[in-house]
Amino acid sequence: MSATALAEPASPVFPACAHCGAPSAPGARFCCSGCAAAFEIIGGLGLGTYYRRRVLDPAARAPRPDDSPPRHDLAAHVRSHPDGSHEMSLAIDGLQCGACVWLIEQVLAREAGVLTGRVNMTTRRLRLVWTGAAGRADVLVGRIEALGYRLIPFEPGALAAADDRTGRALIRALGIAGFAAGNVMLLSIGEWAGAMQDMGPATRSLLHWVTAFLALPAIVVAGRPFYASAIAVLRRGRTNMDVPISVGVVLVAGISLADTLAGGTHTYYESALMLLFFLLLGRVLDHRARGRARATAERLLALRGAEVTVALAGGGSERRRAETVAIGDRVLVGMGERIGIDGVVEAGESSLDASLVTGESLPVRAGPGMKVFAGTVNLGAALTLRVSAAGSGTLLAECVRLIEAAEARRGRFVVLADRIARAYVPVVHVTALTTFLGWWVLGGAPAGQALLIAASVLIVTCPCAVALAVPSVQVIAASRLFRQGVLLKSATALERLAEVDAVAFDKTGTLSEPALALEAVEPARGAALADAARLAAAIRHPLAPALVAAAAPGLAADGVTEHPGAGLSWTGPAGETRLGSREFCGIAGAAAAGPELWLTRPGAAAERFGFVERPRADAAAVIARLRAAGLAPRLLSGDGPGAVARMAAAVGITDWAAGLTPVAKVARIEAWAASGRRVLMVGDGLNDGPALAAAFVSASPASAADLSQTVADLVFQGEKLGPVADALTLARRARGVMRQNLALALGYNAMIVPLAASGLVTPWLAAAAMSASSLAVMGNSLRLARG
Amino acid sequence: MIVVLLLLGVSLAMGGLGLVWFLWALRSGQYDDLDGAAERVLFDDE
Repeated sequence: MSATALAEPASPVFPACAHCGAPSAPGARFCCSGCAAAFEIIGGLGLGTYYRRRVLDPAARAPRPDDSPPRHDLAAHVRSHPDGSHEMSLAIDGLQCGACVWLIEQVLAREAGVLTGRVNMTTRRLRLVWTGAAGRADVLVGRIEALGYRLIPFEPGALAAADDRTGRALIRALGIAGFAAGNVMLLSIGEWAGAMQDMGPATRSLLHWVTAFLALPAIVVAGRPFYASAIAVLRRGRTNMDVPISVGVVLVAGISLADTLAGGTHTYYESALMLLFFLLLGRVLDHRARGRARATAERLLALRGAEVTVALAGGGSERRRAETVAIGDRVLVGMGERIGIDGVVEAGESSLDASLVTGESLPVRAGPGMKVFAGTVNLGAALTLRVSAAGSGTLLAECVRLIEAAEARRGRFVVLADRIARAYVPVVHVTALTTFLGWWVLGGAPAGQALLIAASVLIVTCPCAVALAVPSVQVIAASRLFRQGVLLKSATALERLAEVDAVAFDKTGTLSEPALALEAVEPARGAALADAARLAAAIRHPLAPALVAAAAPGLAADGVTEHPGAGLSWTGPAGETRLGSREFCGIAGAAAAGPELWLTRPGAAAERFGFVERPRADAAAVIARLRAAGLAPRLLSGDGPGAVARMAAAVGITDWAAGLTPVAKVARIEAWAASGRRVLMVGDGLNDGPALAAAFVSASPASAADLSQTVADLVFQGEKLGPVADALTLARRARGVMRQNLALALGYNAMIVPLAASGLVTPWLAAAAMSASSLAVMGNSLRLARG
Repeated sequence: MIVVLLLLGVSLAMGGLGLVWFLWALRSGQYDDLDGAAERVLFDDE
């Protein structure tokens, strides 16, 4: 893709909201009431300098407070200590820069009883410790959410702890290798200089002993990450890059030690240490880049461990874990509750949000006799369900199983570095062995000298540059993508992404914005809109936030009656106001296309509010970019054909399929793959999970269901689709740089091996050549950070 | 010769001290949030 194809159309100029920086209406200082409130809070606490200090990150989510922040059950995540303090960890969404960290910490510091409120910017986590009631967690979290950040309770599980330990072990190894390599190199330079100025054998021997004393413990300790990996992979009968590294380092250390004991002239401690230092540097950077992605992926699966209310035979009810419910039990589901089982409605009328399971954006009506599925949310009145499947028998669990099956089928992608290692390792070791035998048997050299020359072959071919060729590119590409709001979750995602030649999109929440938007309302109808919003503010319904967001700030009406699946009514002094479906409001005529709500008020004409699923602002541009890059875009949706066709036309996709179940999506992806395509699947719903897992590589927006984010190889943030296309472009460039690096590294080996095999390479030449090739590779990789 | 031994000893001791210092900093969690540390320096605690 060319640079011009990257450019996006300039957006029209609106005044930026003083709090979140989003475009706001002409003349308005804020884009919404939430932002105005956040601005008040910050000013009131005397933290107004925040606005001068911050730098808004266009890739991150704007710090706009949610109208109705998702409620988490915080109590389950609070850990209480014997000394009366409470602790909890939360993942933060919406961090922009250091000023946000400062703001959050300052706001928390002003709360009474907060002992620690510290943000880790790398992992985007907040650690909270406070005294007093455990229930204050809600208040403290509410304070931060009012500023526009989203907080998700987060259990620092065993996985994360092990990860932190690995990270620390790598940095420790790097520090030790760096210390030893620096000092040994100083001594070695002294020794090489001495060799040209008649240094006596005693002095040289002393220097050798001092370097051995420094180097050997460091080689043992700092090399452990490589030895452990090499042993593990050899046990399974395979090989990777760590095998030649380990063999080389151990052999070189052993030969150097033998030489030191014998009072010889050549030791290679500095080469072994420098190799470890360079490689550890790559590992540490790689670990840091991926640690960020992991931190995001670790968000809890909100669906697991759900509780349901079971109606007992003798009257009353009790809360039970969903998987312990028996088939035939009766379960009560309150308003706003996520249903934890599959079942049939026995009593009650309501509407359900099934978007998580089916991908359908509009609520569906539920009445007696209808089947409902785990994962859907009850939006209206309470329902009584008879359980038909629970635990692992639900459709939801079936989805999870499909994902696991698809992941198993996907097979193991062999990364470039390992493919090279498979060919490289035997060649290097055979060359060294041939050199040894050549000098010893054919050349008649003493065994010790032959061994030393063979070792020099191993050292110069020690795959420093080869081992850096791929990871250095990955580190730079991953950190660049991270700045653009794309998290690479899988180590092989970048390489797989480069090979993609087809893209499949989900509709709802992926091509379209996550929420429905209200169609334009003429200013003359402002009063009607305000009335509708006051009713809508009282309920939880997918269309309600759009109405509330479009209206001027106002209070929710008191005493709103909800008529499940039909609408709302509110009786004021003048008469009844109704907001709801066409039939509910008594409007004659056939239903119009697309979702709508009607408002009837006493003494006023009926008003219609239409809703549209708006494509993401840059969706059409991104589709055009993908097409220009030779990728075939496709739309796979679980929604009805009408909505899918409209969206396909809006973004310029000609190849679409509607009404697909999760299984059908997987079938489409696999059929496409069978025809030789490498498919990138972009989706967000739980129903996309299996398709995400089945695709060659997959991406999810940060607003996606937790399950989808866990399955996806990359997660992109923000309101735009552009990061997906950016990631594809960068992945292709990265693949190019990796290949150049490998060519550089192998070319260097081709040059230096004959020299080493003929015994012409001395320790200082080996050290210089190794550094030069590593620096060349690193320098080439750095090109990726620019342009 | 004595001077060589002395210098070797002193330089290695100093380097070792630096290494111990580094390991202490690592153990006390100072390397856990490098991005945050880079930004924190720009803000005063008020």
